[in-house]
Amino acid sequence: MTNYSDMKDGDLALLGRSRPLSLSQLFWAFTWLSLQGFGGVLAVVQRELVDKRRWLSREEFVEEWAVAQVLPGANVVNLSLMLGDRYFGWRGGLTALAGLLCFPLLIVLVVAVVFAGVSDLPQVQGALRGMSAVAAGMIAAVGLKLLPSLKTNVLPALMQYGVIALTFVAIAVLRMRLIWVLLLLGGLGALWAYRLLARPRPAQTKPDPDSGSEPAKTGDTA
Amino acid sequence: MNITLTAADWLLLLTHFLSLSLLAIGGAVSTLPDMHRMLVNDQRWLLDSQFNASVALAQAAPGPNVLFVALLGWNVGLNASGAIAGSPLAWAYGLVGMALAMLGVLLPSTTLTLMASRWAHHNRDLRAVRAFKQGMAPVVVGLLLATGAILALNPGNTPDHWPLWLLSGVCALLVWRTKLHLLWLLGAGALLGWWGLV
Repeated sequence: MTNYSDMKDGDLALLGRSRPLSLSQLFWAFTWLSLQGFGGVLAVVQRELVDKRRWLSREEFVEEWAVAQVLPGANVVNLSLMLGDRYFGWRGGLTALAGLLCFPLLIVLVVAVVFAGVSDLPQVQGALRGMSAVAAGMIAAVGLKLLPSLKTNVLPALMQYGVIALTFVAIAVLRMRLIWVLLLLGGLGALWAYRLLARPRPAQTKPDPDSGSEPAKTGDTA
Repeated sequence: MNITLTAADWLLLLTHFLSLSLLAIGGAVSTLPDMHRMLVNDQRWLLDSQFNASVALAQAAPGPNVLFVALLGWNVGLNASGAIAGSPLAWAYGLVGMALAMLGVLLPSTTLTLMASRWAHHNRDLRAVRAFKQGMAPVVVGLLLATGAILALNPGNTPDHWPLWLLSGVCALLVWRTKLHLLWLLGAGALLGWWGLV
């Protein structure tokens, strides 16, 4: 796969690609993206960064999102840091993060203050209870939406569903501490995957997003 | 709700979020159960209703969901201020709580992300990198489903809460299967609750 972040502007333009030109452009792009993200930022990120601005190709987006997802912290926070860092170093990472957080933080604070004045009304309590239930469903739905991404996983499907079920029981039923679940189930999965990945891979018809580019050419532009 | 926080308690608030930051694989939301245990059950710094409201308000407002952490810190600060909401003292305490919570939850994970993503980008063909990514994936999915279930059961787990569970379930299906804008769902949930239907 081509590593677009190494390319000059002219090459990018030829491919119909672009890149953030300044820190302020980066800041406002992430501010705008963040202000549109009600509950589900993933869809907005894809639309803004890939479809509209073309700062990432579809393939890069999937790859970066997988890394952002595995690292601790909010996915979109990680993605903003990674993207900003790729183009402008750590200052770019912090700028993108600041864009993502500044205005939404102000808004959420105003909402909370306004809410505090009316929080005793039974109707308001009810409305919030209803919104909590919706929010719970939304979070579970993100998990469901990620299921198809497991199809390309090296682990056998049966084992994956076993791990999902065990994680669910450990957290939701047994209320185990997250650290143990991650160490035990995540560690087991990673070790298993490590073994399976050692096998010679069957001939593939479609390119694997994880392979292709030579490590020597993956230097950052920063 | 009124509580007293000593300097040691403020430090505990910060260190708790610092320690959870690196565990937040799958997003800050995956540490919700641990935050709930600490803030509501163990320390009793927040009411259950304040905890749920913080999560719901952050979901309803634009921006990344991690902002619910800012509201958790804000509410802990308000409870500790012992002052009338809206007074300068309440604002000061609230802002301190918010700053500590956000600093705690962001600092370790963002530092690690910057370092790890640079490293992982250079070594993305490495077997260990690919094994880690793929081995963690099902756990991340399970965590999200479990978090949804915990939030859905938070208001109570007696059978008379079934309308709320039904709402959560239907909402999960709609978000999963349709492209319906999330604001419609939040609005519908708010109206159903306002009229006392759930």
